[in-house]
Amino acid sequence: MDAILLQILNGLDKGGAYALIALGLTLVFGTLGVVNFAHGALFMIGAFCAVTLQKLLTLSTKVKDESITFFDAYKEVPILSAKFPVVGPIIVDLAVPLAILVAIPVMWIIGLVMERGLIRHFYKRAHADQILVTFGLAIIAQEVVRHYFGANPIPQLAPAVVSGSANVGSWFGLGDNVVYPWWRLIYLAFAGIIIASVFAFLQFTTFGMVVRAGMQDREMVGMLGINIQKRFATVFGIATVCAGLAGVMYTPILPPDYHMGMDFLVLSFVVVVVGGMGSLGGAVLAGFLLGILQSFASMNEVKSIIPGIDQIIIYLVAVVVLLVRPRGLMGRKGVMED
Amino acid sequence: MTRPTAMGDWILFICFSVVVLAMPFWLAPFGADYPDLMQKFAIFGIFAIGFNLLFGLTGYLSFGHAVFLGVGSYAAVWSFKLLTMNIVPAMIFGIIVSGVFAFLIGFISLRRSGIYFSILTLAFAQMSYNLAYSVLTPITNGETGLQLTLQDARSLDAMAGIEVTRSLPSTTLFGIKTSGLPGFYICAVVLIIAFFIAMRITRSPFGTMLRAIKSNQTRMSYTGFNTRPYLLWAFVISGMYAGLAGSLMAVTDPLAGAERMQWTASGEVVLMTILGGAGTLIGPFIGAVFIKYFENIFSSFNEQILHRFFDALPDGLENVLVSVTSLFVGEGWHLTLGLMFMIVVIFLPGGIMEGVRRIGKLFSRKPEKVVAKAVEASGAQS
Amino acid sequence: MSTENVVLHVADVHKSFAGLHALSDIDLSVREGETHAIIGPNGAGKSTLLNVCIGRLKPDSGHVVFDGENLTGKKPHQINQLGVVRVFQTPEIFPELDLLENVMVPILAKRDGSFKLNLFKRFSSEAEVRRQAEETLVDVGLGDLGDIEAGSLSRGDKRRLELAMGLAQKPRLLLLDEPTAGMARHDTNATIDLLKRIKARGMTKVIIEHDMHVVFSLADRISVLAGGRIICQGTPEEVKGDPRVKEAYLGEEQV
Repeated sequence: MDAILLQILNGLDKGGAYALIALGLTLVFGTLGVVNFAHGALFMIGAFCAVTLQKLLTLSTKVKDESITFFDAYKEVPILSAKFPVVGPIIVDLAVPLAILVAIPVMWIIGLVMERGLIRHFYKRAHADQILVTFGLAIIAQEVVRHYFGANPIPQLAPAVVSGSANVGSWFGLGDNVVYPWWRLIYLAFAGIIIASVFAFLQFTTFGMVVRAGMQDREMVGMLGINIQKRFATVFGIATVCAGLAGVMYTPILPPDYHMGMDFLVLSFVVVVVGGMGSLGGAVLAGFLLGILQSFASMNEVKSIIPGIDQIIIYLVAVVVLLVRPRGLMGRKGVMED
Repeated sequence: MTRPTAMGDWILFICFSVVVLAMPFWLAPFGADYPDLMQKFAIFGIFAIGFNLLFGLTGYLSFGHAVFLGVGSYAAVWSFKLLTMNIVPAMIFGIIVSGVFAFLIGFISLRRSGIYFSILTLAFAQMSYNLAYSVLTPITNGETGLQLTLQDARSLDAMAGIEVTRSLPSTTLFGIKTSGLPGFYICAVVLIIAFFIAMRITRSPFGTMLRAIKSNQTRMSYTGFNTRPYLLWAFVISGMYAGLAGSLMAVTDPLAGAERMQWTASGEVVLMTILGGAGTLIGPFIGAVFIKYFENIFSSFNEQILHRFFDALPDGLENVLVSVTSLFVGEGWHLTLGLMFMIVVIFLPGGIMEGVRRIGKLFSRKPEKVVAKAVEASGAQS
Repeated sequence: MSTENVVLHVADVHKSFAGLHALSDIDLSVREGETHAIIGPNGAGKSTLLNVCIGRLKPDSGHVVFDGENLTGKKPHQINQLGVVRVFQTPEIFPELDLLENVMVPILAKRDGSFKLNLFKRFSSEAEVRRQAEETLVDVGLGDLGDIEAGSLSRGDKRRLELAMGLAQKPRLLLLDEPTAGMARHDTNATIDLLKRIKARGMTKVIIEHDMHVVFSLADRISVLAGGRIICQGTPEEVKGDPRVKEAYLGEEQV
């Protein structure tokens, strides 16, 4: 029982990331009809927003080390801490949450520029062309990041307050064996909030209504005289921000490196396909399901029965779903079934 | 549009053969006349030509073709290890094994079309790559890669009485060592054969059916064709081309690693094909040469070379230029690749061959005449 | 009605979309060699019926029998291989292929079956197929355009090309979906002439058509479809006089 709860928890935070990326991916596909292979790169860029902010906050200066009295020694101290001895370290400690505030406008601008500058010229082109051009863009993003940040993963720290673990087991009356990092729980909650806000936005605003109508029948909405094109940029921006925030918050869990976007992209596509292309609920559901499935597959007990299953389980599920139920778990019948 | 004639095809084939075989001569001025690089041209040429048989003719975009490249390499190295250092069995083995893989993956993936097909192939590629690094380590030797050892059985060689003494044996073609220039010529001859077969396939009824499938697949089934076996054969044939290319890689350097199966490698062959011109006969080869040549040049650049290059300029400007250009060279070669990808897709979807055609159009007024004739003729009908 | 020369028999077919009865109780027999027209006001279910016949849609109940073979549940290419060919309303051609190739491809489907792996023959040196294709192109009046890419044709010419693609297969049953829709009057007349010439060759045809001029100049028998049911069946004269037909078409078209 303990082990199962732990695996579910393990799966949920990964699933949260999958769900957030897949949500944007499927939103863009459903409304804009664009297959965006650069979506993983956006996740990666989000993560590097956090890295950049952390680097900026910890820009260091040399100060005299008072603790050494034999000779004049200097040590590196973040400028912030040196200038503001009280607030400085707290700000540095909070780098990752603060990065959210930075990432929102940055990702939004990236999203708008990308949609206006590139994606909109590809609405009418074949899916293959969309895949290729966004694939090229993904490579560029990835290489630029590698140029400036190097190839090695850059660990990020969660704020000290939440760096410990929560005794989740005792919450469920299971004893003290199930402990789980606070940050991962926060990630899960965060993913839930973002997903809920996107859904609320689409459900309760006029804008969202138009977008949902557009996902049902783009031509019809166009014929009603609603300029759906104009709203595309916003939709794309939302998707970009979602992916970016997923990236920011994921940094304490997985030290970001330049190719993390591609790793997540393929998985997220699988999630979208399993959930049903263009189905928002499906993407979220499938994201969490696959996350949990993957964490169960990597249990030693499972691996000893089917070796290597943890490496391929998600793809296997995708293959089976595509063959047996091509519209996915929650896709509408007749949408992109062939 | 003029229909390709048999004569025209023979001329094209002869020109192609001459150009390929004469590479050591005409590449010299470009500083690309050393065997290693020319082998790469030939091998990736084969890879791209085969990929084009699928993508160029049917329009099905596979994002997992590098799997077959990797499988071909592994199969060839195993042939070296178990059977003989002769390259012929290795190549045959590579083609067959990758053909089997292509059949299995194609059989499943081709149940879907469009982006679903792309995603399925990508998923299979990722699976194979992950497996090669994990549970299949006994076959693939994991991260180290599959290599020759002194303890290898080499049963056929042993039977023929060839003993391995101190150093690792090298690959041969019935006794001819396949390193260096002879190695290039072997690859070149294989490339020419591969090109010939691809040309025949393209011009065959089978090839025409593939083009018709690309043009309007629904119509094909209402015309009485079962499109699935056509697609599956195209997939298997192009997988075999990739396997052949993979085994040639092992021929020139008897080593196989899972990184050959990575999806970036799949992306590279896509780029070669569209850069040269998908659906054209020589486009994919041109794309392969182009990319491998510039990869070679760009990735050998470093900051010192750049500083020397911009030496004549004022210091400030020099530094700016060096820091900008250094993004694109050396390790950053992939950035250039990505940029090329985008530029080609955005501005020149038909690739280099399309560009050549457009330039050709500027100099002759023939195309307009054809259109005029069409308009006139259709006018006469009504 | 004698049954021995019935080629196509639609028996008791029902089809509904989301509770809406598109077709109910459809019984229809097409005889060898005849030209059978299906007419009816918009939304009567004509296209649905045609789609059921060629396997694009599966009927909810009932079956379609062609020459003793049950077509229900068969794949489109299997139905085509039996000799049932459909010409679509929106021209379905191979836009990237030239006209000659467009017509040669269906001929090869008839000759070689639904799949043949002939990798090393030259497509363009299939002389006999080529000759037939050229002949058919001349038949539909596109004779000297063999080298043109099909996508560059006008809409009317595309429809003629598609007709050629259908005719080239020498089908035993040709299903035509509004062959003259969207054509100018003189094009319509040319098409009627063409279809009359084919009729002389004894090809069985089912035509769905709006244009009564076309229907009455071609059809041997007519079935009138309204509200998903066949309300009247008979020779043009019988149908003309039937009060139910007038009612169904009231205000829509002059019969």
